[in-house]
Amino acid sequence: MSVREGLLALLGDEPVHGYVLKTGFEAATGGVWPLNVGQVYKTLERLERDGLVHARERQGQRQYRITDDGLAALGAWWDAVPDDEPPPRDELMLKVLMAVGQGRDHALDVITKQRSAVMAQLQLRRRGPSTARRRGRDPMVAAMVDDALVVRAEADLRWLDLCEERLTHPDPSEETGRRPVTRPRRGTRGARS
Amino acid sequence: MTTPILELRDVVKSYGAGPTEVRAVTGVSLAVAPGEFVAVRGPSGCGKSTLLHMAGGLEDPTAGHVLFDGRALYEMSAAERAGLRRGGVGYVFQRLNLVPSLTAMENVMLPLELDGVGSREAKERAAEALDAVGLDRHLERYPDDFSGGQQQRIAIARAIVGTRRLLLADEPTGSLDTPTGDAVVELIASLPARLGTAVVLVTHEPRYAAWADRVVSMRDGCVVDTTVAPPVRKSARRTVGARR
Ligand SMILES: Nc1ncnc2c1ncn2[C@@H]1O[C@H](COP(=O)(O)OP(=O)(O)OP(=O)(O)O)[C@@H](O)[C@H]1O
Ligand SMILES: [Mg+2]
Repeated sequence: MSVREGLLALLGDEPVHGYVLKTGFEAATGGVWPLNVGQVYKTLERLERDGLVHARERQGQRQYRITDDGLAALGAWWDAVPDDEPPPRDELMLKVLMAVGQGRDHALDVITKQRSAVMAQLQLRRRGPSTARRRGRDPMVAAMVDDALVVRAEADLRWLDLCEERLTHPDPSEETGRRPVTRPRRGTRGARS
Repeated sequence: MTTPILELRDVVKSYGAGPTEVRAVTGVSLAVAPGEFVAVRGPSGCGKSTLLHMAGGLEDPTAGHVLFDGRALYEMSAAERAGLRRGGVGYVFQRLNLVPSLTAMENVMLPLELDGVGSREAKERAAEALDAVGLDRHLERYPDDFSGGQQQRIAIARAIVGTRRLLLADEPTGSLDTPTGDAVVELIASLPARLGTAVVLVTHEPRYAAWADRVVSMRDGCVVDTTVAPPVRKSARRTVGARR
């Protein structure tokens, strides 16, 4: 989602002010995406240029509503599904994959350390109220944001468990197909990256 | 430091001998303070249940010592150990141990009655415990008439009603769906603050382990890592309460 799509989703037939869209956007996204007013107006300007919203002037203030083209663009966005390409590239995954190339013990060290850090984040999340909740957002939206963060941390932890399992109890059939790593170099941890 | 309610000193557990020997636990030391909540996680077969059995005195270690409130279990008489299992330590295990011929209410009352609590008070406290696990209505039904998840909750009610000092739980959420499991673990997590009960929870699920003050990770019979919950700012602390 971009700000553009978020704003289209909030617009309807009733003309609204840009400021209302800003607060509506932040509430709908559970406080995870603060916007500045400038960003909102710039995006609305582009949407207007592209014919997706219609603007009118009332008492020196601009009000916006969605057009038919805007509705079509919005519909296409709701219908779009994530595509597999390019493959996910996240920092944690790449770090562990690189560590495996440096040797089993180093990889297990990295896995243990990362797992402990993710677990600590999850523990903190269990104990303190969510930032979303603290800011007085819609409790259901805030709970959904919390769920997403918990489930993601769970996924990372499970993946780290699986990596550990593969390293400590390798499946013999996987062993043979493995290309030998050319001269593992172990950096002094922390000294270079 | 106060005396740990539970202390494992370099415990080892082997099954069998010679070439068929299985070293289920290969040397674990762990101290649990009164009112502390510790979670143990790790892959299947890494020795979690074996560790818990030794902690509860259900199995003796091949080597090392288990101490309850500073006293070595091996020094206790059979009667003392039985008393401990009834009064001091509550269990929820992977497989249930409800008595099929007793109602839910009677199952939960059982440890209290064995402890000499009057039937009126036992009934009251059993009803409270059942309410705390969200089963306040079907008190007169028999275990077979409950779903697996509900049976597990009765077992938890029985474990918390009978104990005030240490709860040992082995995958108590195994048969529950996520929201129900969350509610049960939140309930378990509230016990230290409400009753001063220390908890050792064995679970595969990181989401449940994360409720603990300390998460111990095991691999191949030993502890490979311990994560202590980072401090939460006082003002931000969530009050963990029983689900009502
Ligand atoms: N009574 C027994 N006799 C022989 N081996 C046993 C016995 N009890 C446990 N083991 C073995 O000890 C090891 C540890 O078992 P344990 O049940 O403690 O694992 P666990 O971590 O609880 O696994 P899970 O997550 O699957 O419950 C396993 O290899 C198991 O087969
Ligand atoms: Mg087990």
